[in-house]
Amino acid sequence: MNVHVNGKVVPLPADCSISTLIEQMDLMGKRIAVELNLDIVPKSEHVQTQLKEGDIVEIVHAIGGG
Amino acid sequence: MTDSKITIAGVEYGSRLLVGTGKYKDMAETAEAIAVSGAEIVTFAVRRTNLGQNADEPSLLDVISPEKYTLLPNTAACYTADDAVRTCRLARELLDGHDLVKLEVLGDEKTLFPNVVETLKAAETLINDGFKVMVYTSDDPIIAKQLAEMGCVAVMPLAAPIGSGLGIRNPHNIRMILEDATVPIIVDAGVGTASDAAIVMELGCDGVLMNTAIAAAQKPVLMASAMKKAVEAGREAFCAGRMPRKMYASASSPIDGTFF
Repeated sequence: MNVHVNGKVVPLPADCSISTLIEQMDLMGKRIAVELNLDIVPKSEHVQTQLKEGDIVEIVHAIGGG
Repeated sequence: MTDSKITIAGVEYGSRLLVGTGKYKDMAETAEAIAVSGAEIVTFAVRRTNLGQNADEPSLLDVISPEKYTLLPNTAACYTADDAVRTCRLARELLDGHDLVKLEVLGDEKTLFPNVVETLKAAETLINDGFKVMVYTSDDPIIAKQLAEMGCVAVMPLAAPIGSGLGIRNPHNIRMILEDATVPIIVDAGVGTASDAAIVMELGCDGVLMNTAIAAAQKPVLMASAMKKAVEAGREAFCAGRMPRKMYASASSPIDGTFF
């Protein structure tokens, strides 16, 4: 299936969860926040939240800014 | 002499200087400048993680740790209330429920002036959603008052456009905002050098927030030190109460007892 991750189309296996995606992106253990189709997915729900075709995921972190 | 601390959303802070984390050469310089500034509240931006790259780059939150500083996520680059609200919700998740945010909804890229209509909309939504909102706004006393009445925990008028370094362009408006203030008034944006920060504080502002004035200095760490002193000096001068201005001279040495 194809999922939009941070504005790019990413092919993922059918049973991919948010945790799996985070792992695949080398972001395990990093301070990040995840939004799925405009809703926040709390850290505690990353494991059980399954992605589906066409989902729009945003994964953000803190960067320098004023 | 002791001065009262600044209280924002019920929390006391010793430093009246708030700083940003943008435009530094690297993370080491960011960390050093911020440490030297003495700031306790530090603002940062929320952006997409890079897809599959820069995995080894240090994270800002490893350098500016939430354990050491009060982190203030900002909504820089947001031009609509919806984008700003989304950004704040992501930031709250990022910081494990920490709900103090710096709201800024911008009007255009050239001026980076606030879009006040969208700012008011976003502030209302965020306050209803439990956020503690420190809000960047224009130096309009009416809007500043409205934002405070809505429940923003600090109102942060600009002194001049963001990143311009022009210093305080309209001290009269800032004075008017201060006259009716019911929450801390923190000048956010426009400071260029230490004397600008001192003037902000001498006007009676509760604090000043800056980024470029430190980060874009030739020696950012030294400027961070200068800003720390300027904010302290300006605050003390405000509390001390300056002498009245006079048209003509007034001798400091007695006129009596001269022998010539």
